[in-house]
Amino acid sequence: MSAASTDTRDAARRPGASGASRIALRALHLLLLPLVLIGAWWLASAVTGLYYLPTPGEIAATFVEVWGAERLAADVLPSIGRLIGGFTLGSVLGVALGVVLGLSARLRAVLEPVLEFFRAIPPPVLVPLLMLFMGVNTTMKLAVIVSGCIWPILLNTIEGVRAVDPVLIDTCRCYGVRGRRWLTTLVLRSASPQIMAGMRQGLSIAIILMVISEMFASSSGLGYTIIQFQRSFAIPEMWSGILLLGLLGFGLSVLFGLAERRVLYWYNGVRAAARGE
Amino acid sequence: MKTDTAENARPPARPSGAGGRPRVPRRSPNRAVLGIVGVVGFLLLWEAVPRIGLIPARFLPPASEVLAALGERLVLPEFWTAVGDTVLTWGIGLGIAFAAASLLGFAVGSVPVLRAFTHSTVEFLRPIPSVALIPLAILLYGTDMASTLLLVVYAAFWQIYIQVLYGVSDIDPVAEQTARSYGLGRLSRLRYIAWPSALPYVLTGLRLGAAVALILTITGQLIIGTPGLGQQISVAKNSDATELVYALIIATGALGVAVNVGVRALERRALRWHASVRGEEIA
Repeated sequence: MSAASTDTRDAARRPGASGASRIALRALHLLLLPLVLIGAWWLASAVTGLYYLPTPGEIAATFVEVWGAERLAADVLPSIGRLIGGFTLGSVLGVALGVVLGLSARLRAVLEPVLEFFRAIPPPVLVPLLMLFMGVNTTMKLAVIVSGCIWPILLNTIEGVRAVDPVLIDTCRCYGVRGRRWLTTLVLRSASPQIMAGMRQGLSIAIILMVISEMFASSSGLGYTIIQFQRSFAIPEMWSGILLLGLLGFGLSVLFGLAERRVLYWYNGVRAAARGE
Repeated sequence: MKTDTAENARPPARPSGAGGRPRVPRRSPNRAVLGIVGVVGFLLLWEAVPRIGLIPARFLPPASEVLAALGERLVLPEFWTAVGDTVLTWGIGLGIAFAAASLLGFAVGSVPVLRAFTHSTVEFLRPIPSVALIPLAILLYGTDMASTLLLVVYAAFWQIYIQVLYGVSDIDPVAEQTARSYGLGRLSRLRYIAWPSALPYVLTGLRLGAAVALILTITGQLIIGTPGLGQQISVAKNSDATELVYALIIATGALGVAVNVGVRALERRALRWHASVRGEEIA
């Protein structure tokens, strides 16, 4: 992000650079290193001929072949659905509980040590536990995702709600802003930078848990399919799965970035103003 | 992305996170008492729920049984071997990631051209979930510790690298120019300007990386079966030793708390000159 803004500033500082050459330079920035890396990979796999290192061309061809409509509907979409469902549920619960705890100092003092401990438990250990609890089904996979991604969201929301500007609180009181409006315009909005930061952490944990709950205990889904390819030594297929997971992670991160920019446009504006830009 | 960094990039602004920091000394004993009440209440609830049969004890053994199982484990050498393996994997992985990320981060961060050319690649590779590499790790290293190390290093590297990049770009231009006017050489500027300016970010990266590294260490042991606590949990689960599964989860939680507390303490110590840490002590 900040590298991108450096770029634009650099471009703005160079008055001589014409539009076309700037675009060309930008394209070069974007594409040169990826192309070099892919080329190096191609060369390495062609020269060494290692069985676990297929050429990028092979992987791309396999990718199209393996992840066709059938597997997409049977394995990929259900996985993504569970991921989004679990993440949404975790976010709603985390923010709701976080607001309650953030507003009550006493409740917070009582629960803080317990919550800190739960946060410190590495979420993947919950997979075998919840499997024991509920068997292997969609509810269990959802529960794993929720129970993992809720902690960063919950604790960041508490932090954000605690840090609401006291002047704003008093102002709202003076103007009689209360109830739902008070919650949305004052509390949630003030806490939204922290909430979004927590949700970003939660999202990456949710992806990890989606994958490993399927690797550990499942007979379908993205994680299961990929580990199955590895077990049957279907190497290009395995790589295509890794590629798909990578694209999924990248795509979700881009989407989240867009959502975040929408939610936090005011905050970015305030920060930019504070920096004197 | 911006906010993520904005929040993460201000570690000193809230170094103790949600931890109970006594802002008003008078209130601190009260808080401690309330915290103990919370823990005791939680344990009582955990004891009561299976006892009155709300959840069958074979799914959720009472707290006393779990703590007893944990106590039994604590005297077994194999438990400590597992803890040692976990800590070792975590430490080596984090160490490699930290060294590589700091070196690369400082090198790339201080050369704008390199930054511009690597940006797209970094932004693509960073969000790739490291668990995607599990099949590759198994293929390359089997159930060797290196398998898990691959995941740990990949996950922790990006957390630290990104923070170092932000840190290097956050150097105060006035300080930099002042140093130049006073004739400080390249090395001295690195030592006296770049390093202290970037240090808060480096430590934030270390804190985030340490937590992620622990998660991936346990994940690798659980899924791949490299030796350590995660593998023990997997074994306990397969032999239906429910209270042992819970006991080992508590052990990993304790390890997680130790990591968090340790890194925060390091952060406060290394940044004790920094306005935010000092400010907190005054308040």
